[in-house]
Amino acid sequence: MENNYTHIPQEKFAFAQKDAVIHDTKFDTKARGYFADALIRFKKNKSSVAAAYIILFLVIFSIVSPIISPYSVYDKDNVFINHPPFNPTVAEWNIGILDGAVTRDSLNEVAIARLKAIGEETGLEVYLRNIGVDETEMLIRGKKTIRKTYKVEVNKYYEQGIIEKTISYEEFEKIQAWQNESGVQVIFPAIDLDKVYPDATAEDLRYVSLDPNIWYQCSDTKNTPVYDADGNFIPAYVTDASKAGAEYNSIRIKGDDGSYVYSIGKSGSVSVRICYYNYYRYLKNGEQPNYFFGTDQYGRDLFCAIGVGARFSLVFAVLVSAINLTIGAVYGSIQGYYGGMIDMILDRISDILSGVPFTVVAILFKLHLAEKVGVVASFLFAFVMTGWIGMAALTRKQFYRFKGQEYILAAKTLGASDKRLMFKHIFPNSLGTIITSCVLVIPGVINSETSLTYLGIINLSELFGTSIGELMSLGQETMKDAPHAMLFPALFISLLLISFNLFGNGLRDAFNPSTRGVDD
Amino acid sequence: MVKYAIQRTALMLFTLFIITLMCFVLIRMLPLAPLPIGDPHTPVIEARREALGYNKPYLVQFGIFLRNIFTKWDWGICESAKYYGKDVAALFASKMPPTVLINLYSIIFSIPIGIALGIFAALKKNTWIDYTISTLVMVCISVPSFVYAFLIQLLFCHKIQLFPLVMKGGTDWFSWPMFVSMIPAVLSLAFGTIAGFTRTTRAELTEVLTSEFMLLARTKGLTKRQATVRHAFKNCMVVVLPAIFGSFIGILSGSLIIEKIFSVPGIGELYLYSINALDYPLFMLLTVFYTAIGLVAGIVVDISYGFIDPRIRMGSKK
Repeated sequence: MENNYTHIPQEKFAFAQKDAVIHDTKFDTKARGYFADALIRFKKNKSSVAAAYIILFLVIFSIVSPIISPYSVYDKDNVFINHPPFNPTVAEWNIGILDGAVTRDSLNEVAIARLKAIGEETGLEVYLRNIGVDETEMLIRGKKTIRKTYKVEVNKYYEQGIIEKTISYEEFEKIQAWQNESGVQVIFPAIDLDKVYPDATAEDLRYVSLDPNIWYQCSDTKNTPVYDADGNFIPAYVTDASKAGAEYNSIRIKGDDGSYVYSIGKSGSVSVRICYYNYYRYLKNGEQPNYFFGTDQYGRDLFCAIGVGARFSLVFAVLVSAINLTIGAVYGSIQGYYGGMIDMILDRISDILSGVPFTVVAILFKLHLAEKVGVVASFLFAFVMTGWIGMAALTRKQFYRFKGQEYILAAKTLGASDKRLMFKHIFPNSLGTIITSCVLVIPGVINSETSLTYLGIINLSELFGTSIGELMSLGQETMKDAPHAMLFPALFISLLLISFNLFGNGLRDAFNPSTRGVDD
Repeated sequence: MVKYAIQRTALMLFTLFIITLMCFVLIRMLPLAPLPIGDPHTPVIEARREALGYNKPYLVQFGIFLRNIFTKWDWGICESAKYYGKDVAALFASKMPPTVLINLYSIIFSIPIGIALGIFAALKKNTWIDYTISTLVMVCISVPSFVYAFLIQLLFCHKIQLFPLVMKGGTDWFSWPMFVSMIPAVLSLAFGTIAGFTRTTRAELTEVLTSEFMLLARTKGLTKRQATVRHAFKNCMVVVLPAIFGSFIGILSGSLIIEKIFSVPGIGELYLYSINALDYPLFMLLTVFYTAIGLVAGIVVDISYGFIDPRIRMGSKK
């Protein structure tokens, strides 16, 4: 057989399969893209999925909490300061949460009786539970006596009890009208000192510090209560109608036969005993205090304040990471694609910028720009100034990896321009890595932002009311009295950062399965 | 190798110079802090400002600034109320001991723990021990340091009262009460360092343990223990040791937040003070200091890679 393949005449060529039937079956399944593949891998990672849900929850929290909170971040109460979490409905269930409980220790029996008396008079149960008894033996005038002190939990919102307040006649009338309407008693009968301390001499009374919460008969000026036959307190209210400052036509306390006097006249006004908790309700049109996370040292609702601070942190972090992504991607692309001299010069520039400590950048930008473009803008510039460098380095690395590959050469041969090669052929390959690091940048930005506001270097409270960092630094100051003021913002920020890191790691493993389990 | 080290150092000095120049100009562009009238220091400072060339172009000012540093080690004098008229460099030096001590204790305490945990996690890879350690590392790295500081202060200093709330005053740096009062700050700093070292060690050791020379070592007849100790650890240290050197340089820099919370009279606190009081000479010195620390730590890490592992002598062939 003679085989001459060098000079085959043209007519011997024929299309092999121009009209032929191809017997291969077409794929029934849909082609799975890069991102769909990554999504499937991501879903297998349980902890990252959980982290994604937690992030979602925290984001929703920050959007919703300032809306559902009855307070705004500018509402500052000057009495309910550093108060623990409290919700009137939950408090009634008496299950130990949201009941405004604080611990008071070394209280003696007289102090306990006083707390119980406040509860009896106002109907607000101050005394919650006893959590410990201390017994100390001591020698008093040569006699051994055992002194008991109690450690109890009290409701800090009710603890204030009754205060003396001098108000105008008009105000007095208004409170009465409100009492009639709502059925909540604000004004309580005036107390008669002679009845409280029937045995005390005028000399003793001079040294008594007047406590508007002692409304019952006492046997001495240390306020030891005298009980009647049934073990109840004996009321010591004023019954002399001539002392009344103004007429009282409203609800009366239980056991009042109409003779108790509710106000003492003072020139042009009346002095009354007011239950602060109910007075607060009167001021707020009947609303009870409702602080899910308690209040901070300015009397602000933390539930709302954390939401407001978190909104800023989240929006800011996403914005910073988006801007850094853009700048870094362009810069890194140019560096990586052109290489050589351009790469070296650009690398020196980013080297120098990355050498400046971030705090210094933030401060210099604040000092120079804050007055001209505002605090937030100068803060944003500071983050962008050095933040893109990491992203640029990453993009550059990806470009070096892909630019020598055959498909790029092929595209180049077909005449693709530099721009097309960079952004159509190489950049999409590095997108997965870049998105991942973008997510991992967010917790970093939130962390630095919180640190700077915590230190007070950047102050955002004038613009947004508050920031998480500010809340935490305030909470740190009142750590002893009100640990919750630090605990809730700290918990929020920790949860947010942990979830973001977990989520980012999950994304990285999904986009780049070969790095699974390697942590950096 | 020497050539590489010299190259890197020269480059670092150049970078430091540029950054110093940038910061210097930016700081001098700011309006000057007004001086209290009638204070005995005021005329002194005014005369000084004149001598430093405040009315001349910025580059001339920078020249005078550099000349003073190189000829007299003169960084200027403080212009704000608390340290009025004090020599900046001397003040800075006096703030050094607490920062260095706290960071040193923290590193000495945390490096062994971190490496041990990392090795442990890598050897028990994909068991519950590994998962627990990795999760804790994750948490420790994510949570900001002021949250630890708060928890430590609340639990150990306030509730149990094991340690004082803030650092003890005085300058008896090596006394026992001083050491005890430093412990909360040391612990707060340690969490992050431990987590970092655990992570690096674990990642590195896992990779080494799965490489082929480990298989070869086993085939030669070494037990798993021998192979790990003789071959895996050495290779793992190539990455871990530079990190240790880097963190030893970092001990100088201190932490603004930890020093604020525990009232440590150190560099971080001084820095915060210079920012709030707008004391520019002080701010300038500390800026240069922090920049230099960062850069030096960077090249120490890079160069030590080359010293430890001859395979990674980047740029030495140039």
